[in-house]
Amino acid sequence: MLSKERKMNESYILSLLEKGKRIDGRSLSQYRKPISIEYNISKNAEGSARVTIGETEVIVGVKLDIGEPYPDSPDEGTIIVTAELLPLSSPDFESGPPGRNATELARIVDRGIRESKAIDLKKLCITPGEKIWMVFIDIYTMNDAGNLIDASALAAIAALSQVKLPKVEDDKIVYGELTAKKLPLVKMPITCTMGKIAGNIVADLSTKEEKTMSARLSIAFDGDTIHALQKGGSSGLTVDDIEKMIDMAAKNSKELRKVLK
Amino acid sequence: MKYAKRFDNRKLDEMRPMSAKVGVIKRADGSAMFQIGDTIAIAAVYGPRQLYPKFLQNPEKGILRCNYDMISFSVPERKKPGPNRRSTEIGLVTEQSLNPVVQLELFPNTVVDVFIHIIQANAGTRCAGICAASMALAHAGVPMKDLVAAISVGKVGDKIVIDLNKEEEDFEGGATDIPVAMTPRNNEITLLQLDGEVSKEELLEALSLAKKGCEKIYKIQQQALKDAFKGEKNE
Amino acid sequence: MGEILLKDKEIAVPGEVLAKGMDYIPAGGTFRENEDIIANQLGMVSINGRLVKLVPLTGIYVPKANDIVIGKVVDVTFSSWLLDINSPNLAMLSIRDATEYIERNADLTQYYDYGDIVAAKVTKVTRNKAIDLSTKGPGLRKLNEGQIVEVTPSKVPRIIGKQASMITMIKDATDCKIIVGQNGRIWIHGVDPDKEIVATAAIMKIEHESHTEGLTDRIKEFLDKELKK
Repeated sequence: MLSKERKMNESYILSLLEKGKRIDGRSLSQYRKPISIEYNISKNAEGSARVTIGETEVIVGVKLDIGEPYPDSPDEGTIIVTAELLPLSSPDFESGPPGRNATELARIVDRGIRESKAIDLKKLCITPGEKIWMVFIDIYTMNDAGNLIDASALAAIAALSQVKLPKVEDDKIVYGELTAKKLPLVKMPITCTMGKIAGNIVADLSTKEEKTMSARLSIAFDGDTIHALQKGGSSGLTVDDIEKMIDMAAKNSKELRKVLK
Repeated sequence: MKYAKRFDNRKLDEMRPMSAKVGVIKRADGSAMFQIGDTIAIAAVYGPRQLYPKFLQNPEKGILRCNYDMISFSVPERKKPGPNRRSTEIGLVTEQSLNPVVQLELFPNTVVDVFIHIIQANAGTRCAGICAASMALAHAGVPMKDLVAAISVGKVGDKIVIDLNKEEEDFEGGATDIPVAMTPRNNEITLLQLDGEVSKEELLEALSLAKKGCEKIYKIQQQALKDAFKGEKNE
Repeated sequence: MGEILLKDKEIAVPGEVLAKGMDYIPAGGTFRENEDIIANQLGMVSINGRLVKLVPLTGIYVPKANDIVIGKVVDVTFSSWLLDINSPNLAMLSIRDATEYIERNADLTQYYDYGDIVAAKVTKVTRNKAIDLSTKGPGLRKLNEGQIVEVTPSKVPRIIGKQASMITMIKDATDCKIIVGQNGRIWIHGVDPDKEIVATAAIMKIEHESHTEGLTDRIKEFLDKELKK
């Protein structure tokens, strides 16, 4: 967006922010509504979910496979998170392999799950040193109306919460036949992203707001414990900003958690 | 080998239950979902819009560019994300199935991008994709001579059937899969592929079955488009 | 001889036969095939005597001469500016069609710079989509404050209303200056930002509810309610 247009948008957004309002009528700390989760949206996944935050929509599917453990963790299953910013979801996304933004999104979601130890990886060991369960978490954006990060992270946890291990016969997975055994999901980390627009801290940025924000911070919480952080945007944040963002995010993460089953 | 009864008890000329909805991707210029049995396809259209790189531009009319993709968890064994040869080919034949109807002479040097994703797969995916794409194009306001409907027909064992599901495609007694796309008004075939083994008579029988199926699908597509604007009136 | 198959104001999809027989004449959004008049686009049927037309419900903005548009300057040359007018092709505003007298060899960015938002009029559209603009005319100028709302171009007539009744009602109620671009871009500027929000919300409401009778009354109610707050 060219700077004059950014200035016009910014000054309008700013005059609203000074009154504690935003373009769509929300307060600075409010997430869009509705926030909805639809479970098991794709039968061939071991677990899947669709999340909407306002008009932003993301789907995540979890597929399991059996593979070899990493040498330095022979008794642990593995997590692989991928994300695609599908061109279908925004006129600004181009076709092609995941670029930097898609990769960042995947890694932010990954960190939230991995660092909070949400999945008990040791329980995903089949034969130590030889066979473990690999958990593939694939994120697809369906409609980008802002804040894909939080929608993706929420969809990932929602999808994981539905996963049942598939049947294994003669060392081969029988896809389509699920056992009653659930994936060992022991925590449900929630990621909340706060933005800074002209000095104001704002939650859940919509598209126009994302185009005028100067910086953002994504925080993965489990309760009040912080498990992952990612700062984005090309301007700096003061420690005061960060503290405000963490407080606002912590509150919102509790609201988002309520939406999970 | 004889195929006495269809795995899911359908009649030979019976398609699986279908549903369609338009406007499912808000940011796109046009979009639609088409479901047949357990196969779900979503299509979104952007354009006509500027086409880069410039050397691809056609000064006489806009071009249609179709992209087909199966998401990783749409199938039982995870498909590695990203294009493969199959999806590239399907993108091409999809484009060719829609080109005869879209009229882009009014939009030189532009592109109409169509993105098709299969969210859940149980055979008939390219046909479902074309059904969704054709609705999405109409929803986007792209000038078109007609819609396009598509269905797979074929031979399973010794029977000519419509809308093969995955089990039928994998039938050990042999199956021939024939995806067909047609324009409803003049019944022109814009997509035709086949892999298997049939006689000319069997093919013609299958095509006549496809024609009937496409007529039914067209009504569903038409209704989905009209439903999206139910009650639109000018004062 | 002839038969109309779809009623006035019904929705038609591409390929649908609207009328049969040579009595009827295909107008915008339709074409003739043999004796049939067929819909060329998703739209609402409009029958005017023997003319059968389709009013498109969706679709990109197709520029026509005399359209007022809101454009964004995306390029500046020696003798012209190129603007994005929400259409696949850029539009050109040449020096001689701009308001002020500009000297030769002047730095054009002094007048309209990259990113500037400009209200302009389409003067000409050639067959291969070269679009000429002019800012000579009442109200046409660079827009400095306020905000731009984007709507589906096909909803613009509804937002303007019969004889501009709808948009005038919103302007008067909210004390806002509003320029509605045929290209789906609407500029709104009010002295009071709160009233600007109400004007914006009213316009978005029309876009979402352009169906149903009594929309004008409901917008009036909406304005009354929101402005009392």
